[in-house]
Amino acid sequence: MAELVARAGKARTLLTTLVMLRRERPDLFDAATGIGLWVLFGAFLIFAVITDLQLVVVGIILGSIVALGAIGLTLVYGIMKFANFAHGDMMMCGAYLAFFAFISGGSIGPLSFGYGMILAILVAMISVGVGSVVIDRLVYHPLRQRGSGVVVFAIASLGLAITFRALILLWWGPQPQIYVTGIHPAWDLPFGVKIKPDQIFIIATTLFLIAAVYVLLFRTRIGKAMRAMSDNLELARVSGINPDQVIMWTWLIGGSLAAVAGVLLGIQSQLTPDMGFSLLLPLFAATILGGIGSPHGALTGAMVVSIAQQVSTSWIDPGYKVAVAFILLILMLAVRPRGLFGMKT
Amino acid sequence: MTMLEAREVVSGYGEVEILHGVSIKVEEEQIVTIIGPNGAGKSTLLKTVFGLLPCRRGRVLFGGEDVTGQSPQTMVRKGMCYVPQSENVFPTLTVQENLEMGAFIRRDNYRPKMEEVLALFPDVMERRHTRAGKLSGGQRQMLALARALMLEPRVLLLDEPSASLAPNMVELVFAKISDIRRSGVAIVMVEQNARESLKLSNRGYVLAMGENRLEGTGESLLDSEEVGRLYLGG
Ligand SMILES: Nc1ncnc2c1ncn2[C@@H]1O[C@H](COP(=O)(O)OP(=O)(O)OP(=O)(O)O)[C@@H](O)[C@H]1O
Ligand SMILES: [Mg+2]
Repeated sequence: MAELVARAGKARTLLTTLVMLRRERPDLFDAATGIGLWVLFGAFLIFAVITDLQLVVVGIILGSIVALGAIGLTLVYGIMKFANFAHGDMMMCGAYLAFFAFISGGSIGPLSFGYGMILAILVAMISVGVGSVVIDRLVYHPLRQRGSGVVVFAIASLGLAITFRALILLWWGPQPQIYVTGIHPAWDLPFGVKIKPDQIFIIATTLFLIAAVYVLLFRTRIGKAMRAMSDNLELARVSGINPDQVIMWTWLIGGSLAAVAGVLLGIQSQLTPDMGFSLLLPLFAATILGGIGSPHGALTGAMVVSIAQQVSTSWIDPGYKVAVAFILLILMLAVRPRGLFGMKT
Repeated sequence: MTMLEAREVVSGYGEVEILHGVSIKVEEEQIVTIIGPNGAGKSTLLKTVFGLLPCRRGRVLFGGEDVTGQSPQTMVRKGMCYVPQSENVFPTLTVQENLEMGAFIRRDNYRPKMEEVLALFPDVMERRHTRAGKLSGGQRQMLALARALMLEPRVLLLDEPSASLAPNMVELVFAKISDIRRSGVAIVMVEQNARESLKLSNRGYVLAMGENRLEGTGESLLDSEEVGRLYLGG
């Protein structure tokens, strides 16, 4: 008992020290939380690998899917400065559009699907990408012209999210759909890890697309203009950058990445009309953890959140794993609102 | 020839009218300085001329052409560049990327121009792969100038280029501005360092409460009793 009191006392002094540090020396506190969080995540990863490597692998697979969504979300936020609550449902739409376009038959090597799936992914990317541009013109563009605040944008996106889900529900109904039925055996890897060829496809596709996004953002004229506009809209306009053009590209990229993420999620599990909405919290947690507006951040955040969620299922009921994303989100907002890679304000 | 002229410009934000009919005029290869107390509307004037704010009444003429109400993109295409008072670089972009953004609308090869501009600012050139957010205040101001030069403008609008710089940097910035004018660019700048800026200016304007208060050659304003009393500290 006495020991417990002593420990509580110590914990309190540690906490007050931190609070004081934050008030007296915000720069030091910032550096400390920055380094501290990296150390914490590193330690957690080592711990997770030792506890259950299989769960880490599943975490990486889901993390890939979340990353593709979160990068789009963070780009849209960086450039248009609003939280797109429809991003999860854009993913879902992509999954269903690919389902619609998917002609089954044949398979590539050990994968459960054939070239029909590649085609279906392309169809989904193009339709969600172009669809996002059209919706921007119809919904967000008029709001921008009117100078609406961020809340109006967020609510509008929530309305769109509900609309998308209702439309898919009307067309396909609530029952789950699967791209390819049948049993697809997993491969046994060293250290007792099991992975399906389809899951390797998920990770490989994500790696390829993220590399493509980086090339775009750091090597192309329009990508640099996207980063510039996310830094400073007014200065971008002053430099002669056309914001409408940058916004169009942002939707095209964010939308098509969301579509792929949706299809990959469908391959990993199944398709349901609420598959996207239920991913919204991990998406936002990943984005905020990494620092809103930062693509590196979205990627890191997606991995941290997804691995943490997966590993947590060793102790808690998988039904509660979303709570892990939520707790991470709140902790990050309390300690370091700008996230791991976010800009100082 | 008159390069840029604002005639009786009226402008403001929302319901509030800030400029109640302000006129300025810049001849080719001239430096014109606008001084005036805080809140006089100096920045508002530059923004209105550049098309960032709607011009409610009056005209803006650029090279004899009426450009009233044109967008900043059009102004940039016509050869007018603007350096805002603050936040005038892209902090997460490297120095070189900042210059590339300055050249965004150029479809030709802007590399030679970039080297030429960087050569003007050796300090900044050394750090061409550094993120602009990491530069010192003076270096940022240099980069902001360099960005605006990438399009080889005919007119440059500068909003307080020497604000919050150390005295030796102020001198350097003004020296660069003189160099830029010598290369054939007309310059309109808003300044708090009234004495130094008027010295190198062909003309000066004093703005107060959204109206023209005084105008004249740089020297005549420096000698004027009113300017001396109000802006030169005695
Ligand atoms: N974005 C804005 N919205 C509303 N009012 C503004 C805005 N920007 C400036 N103002 C107001 O317009 C008036 C003129 O501002 P302006 O920035 O043009 O002054 P200034 O002469 O440049 O002053 P300073 O020397 O401080 O830069 C001020 O009263 C200011 O409060
Ligand atoms: Mg000003």
